[in-house]
Amino acid sequence: MYAKILNQLTAPKPVSRRRFLLGAGAVAGGLAVGFRLPPAQAQEGETAPINPLNAYITIHPDNTVTVLSSQFDMGQGAWHGLASLVVEELGADWDQITVKGVNGNPAAYGNLTAGGAFQLSGGSSSVFTSFDRYRVAGATAREMLKAAAAKRWNVNVDSLVVSDGFVRNGDQAASFGDLVADAAQIPVPENVALKPREEWSTLGSDALRRFDTDPKTRGTFTYTGDVQIPGMLTAVMIHPPRFGATVKSFDGSKALARDGVEHVVAIHRGVAVVAKTMFDALQGKELVEVEWDESAAEKRGSDALLSAYRETVMNEPEVVARTEGDAPAAIKQATQMVEATYEFPYLAHAAMEPLNAVAHMRDDGVLDLYGGHQAPDLYQMIVSGMTELDMSNINLVIMPTGGGFGRRAVLDADVVTEAAMVAKAIDYSAPVKVQWTRENDTLGGRYRPATIHRVQAGLDENGNIVGWDSHIVSQSLIKGTAFDSGAEVDNTVVEGASNLPYAIDNLRVGATMPQVGVPVLWWRAVGSTHTAYAVETFIDELAAKAKKDPVDYRLAMLKDHPRHAAVLKLAAEKAGWGEALPEGRYRGVSLHESFKSYVAQVVEISIEDDLPKVHKVVCAVDCGIAINPDVVRAQMEGGIGFGLGAVLAEELTLKDGYVQQSNYDAYTPLRMNASPEVEVHIVDSDAGPTGVGEPGVPPIGPAVANAVRSATGKHVTTLPFQKGMRA
Amino acid sequence: MTTLNINGEVREVSVDPQTPLLWALRDTLAMTGTKYGCGIAQCGACTVHVNGAPVRSCQLNVGDAEGMEITTIEGAESKAIEALRVAWNELDVPQCGYCQSGQLMSAASLLERTPKPSDQDIDNAMSGNLCRCATYQRIRAGIHRAADILEA
Repeated sequence: MYAKILNQLTAPKPVSRRRFLLGAGAVAGGLAVGFRLPPAQAQEGETAPINPLNAYITIHPDNTVTVLSSQFDMGQGAWHGLASLVVEELGADWDQITVKGVNGNPAAYGNLTAGGAFQLSGGSSSVFTSFDRYRVAGATAREMLKAAAAKRWNVNVDSLVVSDGFVRNGDQAASFGDLVADAAQIPVPENVALKPREEWSTLGSDALRRFDTDPKTRGTFTYTGDVQIPGMLTAVMIHPPRFGATVKSFDGSKALARDGVEHVVAIHRGVAVVAKTMFDALQGKELVEVEWDESAAEKRGSDALLSAYRETVMNEPEVVARTEGDAPAAIKQATQMVEATYEFPYLAHAAMEPLNAVAHMRDDGVLDLYGGHQAPDLYQMIVSGMTELDMSNINLVIMPTGGGFGRRAVLDADVVTEAAMVAKAIDYSAPVKVQWTRENDTLGGRYRPATIHRVQAGLDENGNIVGWDSHIVSQSLIKGTAFDSGAEVDNTVVEGASNLPYAIDNLRVGATMPQVGVPVLWWRAVGSTHTAYAVETFIDELAAKAKKDPVDYRLAMLKDHPRHAAVLKLAAEKAGWGEALPEGRYRGVSLHESFKSYVAQVVEISIEDDLPKVHKVVCAVDCGIAINPDVVRAQMEGGIGFGLGAVLAEELTLKDGYVQQSNYDAYTPLRMNASPEVEVHIVDSDAGPTGVGEPGVPPIGPAVANAVRSATGKHVTTLPFQKGMRA
Repeated sequence: MTTLNINGEVREVSVDPQTPLLWALRDTLAMTGTKYGCGIAQCGACTVHVNGAPVRSCQLNVGDAEGMEITTIEGAESKAIEALRVAWNELDVPQCGYCQSGQLMSAASLLERTPKPSDQDIDNAMSGNLCRCATYQRIRAGIHRAADILEA
């Protein structure tokens, strides 16, 4: 089903394209700017400039400017980033900018990391995919405003200056709002010149503070759960107790007898209790009796799964992601053989805003769906299929969310379909908000998969690595989903291991992907959340065997990887690597590339109650041009906290198929009292911008583990530390 | 009918007295600045002030809140919270922002009790407020900055 959906999604859509072209010109009294299709779309046969269906920017007569963001904001600052790209070229005043999420136009919003075929926020690619698009859009709009002013004042366009939201000619000035009606009549210019970096006024600096900060300090920033529609009901879901179970029968009569409970309905993912308020729904839920069909349910526990994986990892891998030379033979002949087997638990995204979505059938027959639509066109298509509503009658309202970390990019559109199908089940008689409880959210699957990773290496008499053989056993995130290209190797399982940068002649990275009924998903930094830990702690293990300094040991193997080497050197230098530490303090280092960015971290820890206490993290990052350095710093700080919490104490376990942690009392992310000081250094680079949302996460775990080795001599191979250090 | 005193105004709510204040605020009064995160007093996203002290509104029933002075993020305008807002804007503390109403309400209470808090004071006062984006370093810096603003 999903492969079919993706094919439909990526195929040229004549109807929407026609609508797109017909929508050219002035839109609702404002100016909308699109731009010439990039090469990925040009292959579809489009060469004419698209002028536009509100593609990237709308300038309103009231002098406000709306940046239309193809990228979804879950807190990482994507909206801020895209707005800052537009503002630099447009010459707008920061205070006249607002940002709105949009969808429904793959030609304009398709993610370039996915070949431009469809809209998706993910893989830390928001700035990468938007860097040219939104600057070109800003520059194009600026040239149209200038042309309008030149015509009005009968002057040469070259005499005009644009800044702070005004076009000026000497003493004459006109606001964007004043010019926009005229500008909308100007033909869309082609090949506008972008400002060279030396001429940037705000981009690349900390001049623009986040436009969304102030409302977030006043409780006025609106998330999906805050949407207000008259007559709206709230639905709470009763999900199957084990993955793969389905509703056999249910009795909602007792719940319906309670004041405030309006409906109890079964949908494809469980039973929904629909009530006037959340509290009514929660109370009603306790009164519903559901009988489940568990014949197809996953009934294994995580201990059983991991034991099976431990056996599997000793076998030959099912697929080989990378091979060079003959790793097994080289290891056999080596002076010294070293091996380690790592165990990683299931992890939950556990975003602060539990999943939710709102469905509202409007009087005009259009179903509004509010939510954190991270892959919007896919969601629209899935909902269309399920509700049997035409795509054109489904309107996605893209809300910013209270975190995400990957959980809102789900290929069956889970909570979005719940809202739509609950609304349908009550004949669209009222707007419905489906609000997951924290328990729904934690128990709801889509976890970072539990993983076993075995690494063997051979060292020569000088401690050099002559062979490296690695086998990862982990559920595939891709197989059987819309993203399944049919490729043998699922890169999300091996990434971070298969692109090992160290110069090793004999190398093999293999994987086996067991079929398990626990749903899994990308979790901030995806495969690198486990591969970086295995690789980077194992490198330290080998450095210890070789009696070499961990930084020097790595650098010697990075001669062909200057960007890796540079961030490692920078982090080491800024952290005072090699300098004496106070009594009881220890350092550890790690280095990892993910999402085309390079990050090295050096931590300083002590051991308290048998666990690491992290005092300080020095982080060096090369993400190409940092368009908003303070956002880069924030994402490194946040990524470090996210990754640190996981390695210290996060773990989901299953017993007989039942997930055993349901709330923050048992699933325990990082808190203030364990949060270290983080110092971020950004490499000055002219390379194109790359990811920052995820790359801060992978290095922190192994850096802490490497410091633990310094402190205790222990190589911690089972996560989280609270389990692996006390075992 | 229960009479509540919220942000200096008298509000009548016609709900089951067992309803947690959180849901009365959000669903009945449409005051959505106070957030739901866990429902069991583990995350702090629903923190409000009750008679001047930080309280998890998921744990206080409407019936018990009658007669108390309740302040939510929308109505909070003490010197402490205004200084915190300035600091939060200067430092761009929030990422997703979902926990920040609760963080600010807890931080305002801290500053009202302890005008110049140490890092240890901040750990003690703020460790009940989860931030999954891990903005803790900036929250800490923001509290110190707000303390400086208040002192000046």
